[in-house]
Formats: sequence, C-alpha cells, structure tokens
Amino acid sequence: MKGIIKKVSDIDFGLMSPETIRKMSVTKIVTPDTYDEDGYPIEAGLMDSRLGVIDPGLKCRTCGAKGGDCQGHFGHINFARPIMHVGFADTIHKILRSTCKECGKVLLTPSEKEHFKTILEEHMRNGEDISRIIKKIHLKAKNETCPYCDVEQEDIKIDKPVSIVEGNYKLTSNEVRERLENIPEEEYIFIGINKDVARPEWMVLTVLPVPPVTVRPSITLETGERSEDDLTHKLVDILRINQRLKENMEAGAPQLIVEDLWELLQYHVITYFDNEASGVPPARHRSGRPLKTLAQRLKGKEGRFRSNLAGKRVNFSARTVISPDPNISINELGVPEMIAKEVTVPIYVTKWNIDEMKKYIRNGSDNHPGANYIIRPDGRKIRVYEETKETVMENLEPGYVVERHLKDGDIVLFNRQPSLHRMSMMAHEVRVLPYKTFRLHLCACPPYNADFDGDEMNMHVFQTAESRSEAKTIMKVQEHILSPRFGGPIIGAIHDHISGAYLLTHRDAIFNEDDVFEIFKRSKMALPEPKGRQWSGKEIFSELLPDTLNMVYKAEICRKCDECQKEKCPYDAYVVITDGNLNQGVVDEKGYGSFSGKILDAIVKRYGPSAARKFLDESTKLAIYGGVMIRGFTTSTADEEIPQEAQERIDDLLTKAEVHVEQIIDAYNNDELEALPGRSLRETLEMKIMQVLGEARDNTGVIAENYFDIGNSAVIMALTGARGSMLNLTQIATCVGQQAVRGGRIERGYKDRTLPHFPKGDVGAKASGFVHSSYKSGLDPLEFFFHAMGGREGLVDTAIRTAQSGYMQRRLVNALQDLSVKDDGSVRDNRGGIVQFRYGEDGIDPAKSDYGRVADIDRLIDEIRLEFGSK
Amino acid sequence: MKTDILKHHFVPEHTILSEEEVSKVLKEADVRLDQLPKILPDDPVVKAIGAEEGDVIKLNRESRTAGEFISYRIVRE
Repeated sequence: MKGIIKKVSDIDFGLMSPETIRKMSVTKIVTPDTYDEDGYPIEAGLMDSRLGVIDPGLKCRTCGAKGGDCQGHFGHINFARPIMHVGFADTIHKILRSTCKECGKVLLTPSEKEHFKTILEEHMRNGEDISRIIKKIHLKAKNETCPYCDVEQEDIKIDKPVSIVEGNYKLTSNEVRERLENIPEEEYIFIGINKDVARPEWMVLTVLPVPPVTVRPSITLETGERSEDDLTHKLVDILRINQRLKENMEAGAPQLIVEDLWELLQYHVITYFDNEASGVPPARHRSGRPLKTLAQRLKGKEGRFRSNLAGKRVNFSARTVISPDPNISINELGVPEMIAKEVTVPIYVTKWNIDEMKKYIRNGSDNHPGANYIIRPDGRKIRVYEETKETVMENLEPGYVVERHLKDGDIVLFNRQPSLHRMSMMAHEVRVLPYKTFRLHLCACPPYNADFDGDEMNMHVFQTAESRSEAKTIMKVQEHILSPRFGGPIIGAIHDHISGAYLLTHRDAIFNEDDVFEIFKRSKMALPEPKGRQWSGKEIFSELLPDTLNMVYKAEICRKCDECQKEKCPYDAYVVITDGNLNQGVVDEKGYGSFSGKILDAIVKRYGPSAARKFLDESTKLAIYGGVMIRGFTTSTADEEIPQEAQERIDDLLTKAEVHVEQIIDAYNNDELEALPGRSLRETLEMKIMQVLGEARDNTGVIAENYFDIGNSAVIMALTGARGSMLNLTQIATCVGQQAVRGGRIERGYKDRTLPHFPKGDVGAKASGFVHSSYKSGLDPLEFFFHAMGGREGLVDTAIRTAQSGYMQRRLVNALQDLSVKDDGSVRDNRGGIVQFRYGEDGIDPAKSDYGRVADIDRLIDEIRLEFGSK
Repeated sequence: MKTDILKHHFVPEHTILSEEEVSKVLKEADVRLDQLPKILPDDPVVKAIGAEEGDVIKLNRESRTAGEFISYRIVRE
C-alpha cells in the first residue's frame, strides 16, 4: 500500500468540539441494529456502509474505495441529554471548585491573577510544563466568597465516577455544562486551558463520535454466525438507551423515569470509554467476560502503545531451542538448515556477482544455498518457483535484488529474553548445520544467561549493508568479552573448561609427545616444534599465551593461608607467567573463567578482542580434549563418601552440640543467661543457639574436608570453581545444618511449637529445624518437612525479586533512555541539558577500565618487575 | 538551636559565581544558561549562602570515582 507522504509541522493537543465531531461525521447513527435478515448493513445503523467497509468485495459509500483500501469514516450519535466524559471528571471538578458559581470567574484576587499570569506566560514562552503552576492555582482559588460578585461559594465534591455534588445537591450534567459555558474566555489560562484549541464545556458531551467499522470489525465464525466487536456492543447499548431516553422525554414521561434513563446512559458512556473506571461495575459480555473498551485497547502491556507502537512483530527472524557445540567459535552460531532456507538476505545483483546469484536461483527455494524471492528494479517481488526459475534467471540483470538463503559467514543478531543488558543481543557469524536447534558456544552462555534445559532463543537477519557493518564492528560476541558492569570479562570458560584446564595444568600432568600432538590437532591449534621428550601440562597451555605476556596472580584453588608462601605455594595456587610461559600455578576459574578470568582479562585488554577470541576458542578446546577427555571426568555420590571413623566423630560432635544447646536453654529457663548488649534475653538465646549449631555444622564440614583429596572429581570442581562449593559437598557428606525461614530458626506452625511431635515450648535444635542428617544418608520426615519450609522460602523470594527488579529496570530505562555521552564527555538529555558534567564524574568507560578502576598500580608493578627481572 | 548546614559533613562546598565566571563556565561547557542543571530557590543551601534566582552556583564535591568533582547549577524554579 502506497500512501501520501506528508510532513507533520505541529501538533495541537486540545478537545474536540461538537461542531468538529458533526463536521467529520458522514452520517448520524440512530438505529441500534447492525444487519438486516439478509445480512446487509442497516442504513443509519452501526454498520452503515458509509462508515467504511472491511469486506474486500464491497465498496465504501463515502469514498468509493474497496474494503481494505478505505480506512473508514466517523459517524456520530446525538445525545438526548448532555453526558459527562469520564476522562475529564477530575478536571471538571477542579475547575468548578476554583470558579465562581455565579459569574464563572476564577476565585483569585486581581493581584494574584496578575502574578500567576506572568509566571504562566513565561513558562509557556519557554515551552515548559505548566501543570505544577495550575496545581498551585487550584489550591489557592478557594475563596469563600467571589472577589468579583460577592456570591458565597459552596463546597463542591466529586462522587466517583462522574457525579459532581455541591453542598447536598447533585448537579445534573446540564447544570455542569452551563457553568462551564459561563466561564469567561480570558479566565481559561488559569485553569490550564488553551482557548485556541479547547473550551471547558466540551468536556461534557452532547454528541458522540462513532468510530468507523474498520476500528471495530465484526468477525464471522466458521458456523457462519457473526460476532461483533466489544465496541459495537457498547455502542448498541448507548444507542438503545439514548433512543428510549429521547422517546420518554418527548412523551413527557415522569421526571423519575427520565433521570433513571439518563443515569443508565451515563453508565454506558462511561464504560464505553473506560471499563475499569473506579466506582463503576465493569460492563460484561454475555459470557461474563468484562468488555474491552477504548481505554483497555490502549492501556498496559498488551495495549496499543506498549505492544503495537513501542514494540512490533518483525520478519526475517527465527526462534528455536538452543544446544551447545564446543567445536564452533564463540563468534559463531549454528543455524539449522531448515531455518537457513526460510530467512533470507537481500543481495544487490551486480555484474560481478550475477553468476553466483543465478546459481542460487537455480538451486531454488528448497535446496540449501538457494533463493526465495527476487525483487525487480520496479519493486515487484517474484517468488522463485521450480517452474518459473529458468525465466527468472534469464531476466536477471544488475539492479535486481535476490533474497538468498542464509549461508556460512552471514552476520545475524542473536538474543535471549529477558534482554537485561546489551550483551543479551550480540551479533554472530552463521554456520549452517544439520538438525533443528541453534548451536551456541558454551562461553557465550553467561552473557545471555542461557543453559540447555529447553531454553529458546531468537535470531534476526540484518537486511541492509549498514546494519551488517555496524553489527560486525560493535556487536560481535568478541567485542563484548569485557563487561561494562565491572570492567572484567563476562564471556569466558565455564564448568568443564575449568575442570579441564586444571587437569591439564596441575603439577603431575605429564603427557607423551604423541598425545600432545593429538591434543593440539584436536584443538585445531597451530602445531609447535617437537621437543623430543615428555611435555608438562603447563607447557601445553603455554602454547596459547602471547610471548610477551607477564603476570602473577593467585588461583581459585588458593587456600588463603595466613602467610602466603608465594612461589613456594604447596598447592600450586601461585600463578606466574613470564614471557608467555606458565611457569607456576594452575589455570582454573581465576585464570580464564567468565566473570573472573585474569589471563583472559589481560589478553583482551592488551592484545585486543580478536586475540582473546582465538585464545578462548583454543583454550576451551584444549581443556576439553587435553584435560577432561584424556583423563575422563565423572562424579557420583561415591565422591562424597567418608570413612566410618569420620562418621563417628561427626555424630559425636553433633550430639555434643545438641547437649550444649540444651545447656544454654536450661540457663535461659533458670534466668542464668546474660543478655548481650542491645539484645533481649530471647534474642541472646537465639543467637547463642545459632552460633553453637553453626559452628557444629562447620566443624563437621572440616572433618569431612580432611578426607576429601584433590583427586576426587567433586572436589576438583568445587576447588577450581567449575561447579558447586565445599559447602555443597559437606552438606551431602556430613550434615545439612540449620534451616531458616525469615532469617531465623523455624518457629512458626502450631501454638508454642513447630509440629505436634514436640512438647510445647521446645526450642531445642531438632524442634527448630536443625537437620543433623546429610543429604547422602537421607533426611528423616521431620527434617524433610523443615527443609521444605526453607526451600519454599527461597523459591518465593526469587519469584518476587525478579518481578520487582523487572519493574525497577523498566522505570530506570524509561528515565534514562534518551541520555547520551557527548563528545566533550558530558552526559546530556535530548534538549542538550546537562545531567553530568563528566560521565561518571571521572569520564571513564567502565568496560575499558581495570575492574572499575583506572589502573591497578600494585599489579602493574608486579608485572613490570617480572618482565624486566627475567631479562 | 539552629545548625549551620554549610558545615555539615554531607553538604559540599557551594559558591556563587560572578558574571565573568558564569560566562566562562558556559563557554567551556558549551551550554546555554537553561541547559545547566537547576537548584530550587527554596533549597536550604541556596538560602544559606544567599543566592538568588538566576545565580549560578559552583559545587565542589568529593567523588568516589574522581576524588574531586566540580559541577554547576542555576538557581531557578
């Protein structure tokens, strides 16, 4: 559809006058019916064919266009009596309260008026908001008597939704309209009305615009039955009552009946505008469903604004389940062939690529690198069919556009909801692969917060050269390794990559040269010179590091000893890299993990994103093929096995703790307990018990940890930071510990006790949710119950937190979306107003900073010392 | 008892700028007067230092990121 292009010069926000409504109307609507028996629209009915047509076979009686081309025309309904508009009820109330009942002037003294007038005019000249000043005027204009005609004023209240009550008398809408008419034009400025575009009495309706049928199309069900739109239903109600009101008035019916009908008409008009107005029962459909009327069409998440104007459905996009592929690059995205054949890239035909394009057309739309459509220079779009493709190919010449299938190397946008930060949408290079899922490199999971338990993601194909080039330079995954959140890498190794790197680089990892070359080959790395001897894992890993890299840091497995022995670390946790050689220490989460990888961080910052991409691609494969796959890696509950004697010590420890708790409770009962400063006796008791039990659980953990050695897979994962923690392991092996609800021990349930299994007043360990058992030995029913209480709180909390933070994010984004950092480093809004004279006060881009700071001096000194000490 | 809010730990240093200083600031930051952040005339500090509507105030505050940070505000409704 081609429209007429016009430029908007200015917009007036005002009210529609009754004259305008009548002038734009093509017909007066009087009959509350829609169609006659033959299914034709009734003249002067709600479906009058002068209001426009939807059926493509019919012609509009106003403009003559066929259905689909005619955008519709308004009609109107004349009300028998004036009707208040719900949307303006509050404004009407405020205006009536601030104006004289007799002369209609605003209840301010002449000097006050002078004062406000200058302020208002000043603000309007500057194009600034005047609503605050109007609010002030409404507050001030409360004189008991009118300063101009000395008439005593009565208090005016509003009774929701639209009743205006003066003293004890309820004003009819006729009277309200008369009073508004009575306000002199020169007073309009004080009630916030621009006399050029609105008059206050227009807020009380005498005529109602009837939207065209295109706004409220009826749908024909499969049974041939017609079903009308909610708006049409509501308009039928309005017409029916309006008609009855008119007839009764003409027949001179009793006042009471007329007023009842008037009230009913008012109700219908209110719900026609807003079916959720406060103080009005919502109008319902026969089925009991509340009607969706005008305000409901616009409001909220599913309303016109948020769902059709601020956001739209798009073409050239795809969505499917994601799954991992450790063999592709972090920049790549595996796209199922089925999708690659559906979404297309428009390519301009030139004399250089015409043969290639012909090849795509020859393949057709069913064979992979094919084409679906061609677009002729005149704009006609032609589908490529098996039968027509030969002729299409003959006509093809430079200037045509071919919509060819997605193929390897194309750039696409990939996204996972909720899109909370800019790394939720990144550009990937396409790899067309078999099967039906998107394939994603594991390092790209943390920024999307994706896993493979059924997550789906969206892909969008760029349609212009500009967007492609922009995406390539600033949106590629490799450009987002550093997060602007904390100035470190957000993309990095996870899970098996970390266990693998540890297995590869720990002290005892020695490999035969044959195996070493197999590892390099599988990891698709450049092959180094043979050494003619066995290789250490550290030497293998060093092949990845740039030759000029020097650094020292403490690995994740660091035990945080009181005094660090540095190079002599017994756990090999002190990492030293000189001239690109990993001399000491193991590579684990602190080495190249996402969020904390130091080596990765150094490589991106010093050697750039491309080098970092190469490092990640190769190191992750090296960890998989050289670490995890060579040794084999598995875990089971056998990893949390502890010997009988340890079990006995733990049982002993827990019994002792329980006795200790009983002692404390006895002391409390005998008033022998001394309160801690600032605490009540009861709080002191709780704290002491919590402390004793907490210590007991921790000690059981320490006992178990003595039996966990580093050859144990579960322990490797916990210590290197790959997955799980020592707490998780000791909870499996020894004792789960105290369950908490609302930050304290469990005390809810029955009167004076948590469960009927305990005596009243029992505050002992067992009765308040201390779980002695381990996950491995299993919980007894009471423990299980308490554990479920604690677990449920966790679930509820996360559900509430996401809802709350989502709303906070929405408001923050709405407030900040138009701000930008200008060339001079200042942050400004869209009118050039300054928000910050220098971004972040220091003008630093956090993504390019060193974990949020300009530089880490201590670290720099260490590195320089290393670099020059070694020479 | 009335406390001197200007001496309070959380109140940064406020100074009223002379006309020459104002035009220098506007030129340096490349802004018009109405593009400066505003501070209300009934702000307690504005009253305490006796600034009037239309004055430009220089704020020198401690900054966690930059050590010291200078910004300017115009007194206006």
